[in-house]
Amino acid sequence: MKQQIELRTSPHVKAAHTVEQIMRNVVYALLPIAAFAVWQFGISALALILVVTASCLGTEYAFSRSAGRGNTLSDWSAAITGLLLALTLPPGFPLWMGAVAGFIAIALGKTLFGGLGYNVFNPALVGRAFVQAAFPVAITTWTPAGLPGRFMEFIPSTLALPFMTPAPVAEWSRQQVDSFSGATPLAQWKFEGVVTSTSELFTGMVAGSAGETSALLILLCGAYLAARRMMDWRIPAAVLLGAVVTAGLFYLVNDQHYPTPLFVLFSGGLMLGAMFMASDMVASPVTPLGIWIYGLLIGIVTVVIRYFGGLSEGVMYAILLGNALSPLIENLTQPRIYGARKGAKP
Amino acid sequence: MTLLRWFGRKTFSHGVHPQAHKEDTADKPIRRLPFAPRMIVPLAQHLGKPSRPIVRVGEEVGRGQLIAEADGFMSVPQHAPATGVVEAITLMPSAQGPRVPSIIIRVYEASNQEVLWRTPRDVAALTPEQIVQAVQDTGLVGLGGAAFPSHVKLKVPAGAVIDTLLVNGCECEPYLTTDHRVMVEQGRDLIRGTQLAMRVVGAKQAIIGIEDNKPDAIAAIRAHLPADGSIRVEAVETKYPQGAEKMLISSLLGREVPSGGLPAQIGVVVNNVGTLTALGKLLPRGEGLIERVITVAGPGVKKPGNYLVPIGTPLRFLLEYVGFNGREQEVILGGPMMGNAVSSLDVPVTKGSSGVLVLSSSEISAETRRIHPCIKCGKCVAACPMHLNPTQLGLLAAKREYDAMAERFHLKDCIECGCCSFVCPSSIPLVQYFRIAKSILRERAA
Repeated sequence: MKQQIELRTSPHVKAAHTVEQIMRNVVYALLPIAAFAVWQFGISALALILVVTASCLGTEYAFSRSAGRGNTLSDWSAAITGLLLALTLPPGFPLWMGAVAGFIAIALGKTLFGGLGYNVFNPALVGRAFVQAAFPVAITTWTPAGLPGRFMEFIPSTLALPFMTPAPVAEWSRQQVDSFSGATPLAQWKFEGVVTSTSELFTGMVAGSAGETSALLILLCGAYLAARRMMDWRIPAAVLLGAVVTAGLFYLVNDQHYPTPLFVLFSGGLMLGAMFMASDMVASPVTPLGIWIYGLLIGIVTVVIRYFGGLSEGVMYAILLGNALSPLIENLTQPRIYGARKGAKP
Repeated sequence: MTLLRWFGRKTFSHGVHPQAHKEDTADKPIRRLPFAPRMIVPLAQHLGKPSRPIVRVGEEVGRGQLIAEADGFMSVPQHAPATGVVEAITLMPSAQGPRVPSIIIRVYEASNQEVLWRTPRDVAALTPEQIVQAVQDTGLVGLGGAAFPSHVKLKVPAGAVIDTLLVNGCECEPYLTTDHRVMVEQGRDLIRGTQLAMRVVGAKQAIIGIEDNKPDAIAAIRAHLPADGSIRVEAVETKYPQGAEKMLISSLLGREVPSGGLPAQIGVVVNNVGTLTALGKLLPRGEGLIERVITVAGPGVKKPGNYLVPIGTPLRFLLEYVGFNGREQEVILGGPMMGNAVSSLDVPVTKGSSGVLVLSSSEISAETRRIHPCIKCGKCVAACPMHLNPTQLGLLAAKREYDAMAERFHLKDCIECGCCSFVCPSSIPLVQYFRIAKSILRERAA
């Protein structure tokens, strides 16, 4: 009998999920959110999502090729970064700035550290933090959701030429909707003392970054990933729990000054950040206790920044801080091994 | 986990749920395999020192005859698996890779293969020390896969007091149904072996732990239980690696074996059901271990089943008998989680082989996956039954920081069950990294 036999090491069977499958499913989970963003904000949001994602994919391709790692687009992780980044930007964000954000996210946030698996921070947030510092006006220029002409007309700032001041949007928005103040619900609360109703926040017909407005939709998409075990549910749970408990304490102390915990939960980028960014596997701890500490920390810091910082939103910096601390948290929370002797060092 | 034990099924924490794949062979009664024309009996098919051959080339041997004696206490003898003539004593390939000295017997075709070599004894009259010696004389080793000499396991270390004998009937490896069939068909021998082992170690009770996917085995054993209540059967959750000694102790007794220690330190001795069944069968008759039950299965096998196979049967003969499918195959000795892929079909069935699996080429290619960088998903951390941190261990192994692995991340506590590699979405061969790291550390220490 002539028989060719193969040799490999045990185990000889494997669980179903591969990196590609996990990453691809995160992209699937982000698509409804992206579609909703397009529905709310029209062709400007669509153009932004396409440009930012293309920028991320192009950067990933160029850098992984030049680094001799071959084509790494097939692992789908660059597509996640692109989609996520676009969803955190204002819908009228100038496209060229979006392209810069995408380039920075992948180049500085990912390939500089060695590509997938080695990034210290969530790449999308690195990109966003960069443009937050570089283009402070453009990234806080909001437009109302659900404008009648949104599928016919770009928001004026979208098509700004590189290095030119984008067209002012405030005047344009006021022409479209009489009462629009140009602020997100969080900014309205923080700077004007106006609280948006929770149901509006839940369904998302409010101003905000392209993909952060409907808490309900984000919850559903996150639940899909968690149910398929492609995301660790403990991280978003811990983030949201940390935020709600912190907000609840402030609300108990002074319910005139501070908003309800539900407002905190459903406004701004908290839901998107908790579900899709804090849960970035690479930049979060793997130890059971560490996961909870990391999540709670992000939730608490988010609320503290919102209440006491100069910005109306704090999710981004809270997650970046959590990312930075995650190796330390992991080190301090090594699991107790089976059979560990009492009194022995951990 | 305490909660789980009180309110739910008996189990341990972490672990994985691979597809069982036992449906092809679970209902197939044990059948005897014909004798191969040539038997290959390795002198080192157990943990410990290899045995010393006492036959010469050209000598005729009878089935069951002693052909190699134990070399000290940490060793076992070998017996002739068939009547024939010693053709050679030479190096032959082994499942682990390196070639090992083996006795090759050319089997007499005309022989009726009756076992004439036996010394029946009244086991009831023997002292525990005499039983330990008698067990060594049978050449019995752990049949679950570890091949640890059984008499060594039954010899309680000085100072230890054993209260419980655990009998391991989990068979948590996918595909394998060897122990399952032995429990269904040979319950009486199992109980006899269990009672003997209890006497030797001085245990007041014995618990037979069986995964709850084998209700027929649980029922079959219960029918043979003695009336005094000293032996009981407990169903445990079907989960890999439930059959790992430490996991089973944790599931059934809620005790943990101290790191680096032995079960005897916490009053427990664990034995596999196949081992104790063989003990119950061989000891009263005074026979040597010359055959064992193995499962032959996998998508590449035409006649999957449970076979009683003479030890020393070459895999080539066995696989020709059950029939190959397909072309490119992976042949595994043992289960798919911990078994070894063999490099040659001249490798024989040994005392520790619990199964022979043939995985077809399509199945392999689906699993031939690109290795990605670790994305720190933490699935291995959530899977490791020893509660180690395979993520960190893997990153350190890639950097060859073996000392840090041992000192800071408890490498030596790894039981090499393979759960980490099984769940890894990046297809990183974690457990293989750990085996290599351990062997390098061992070499350095030596």
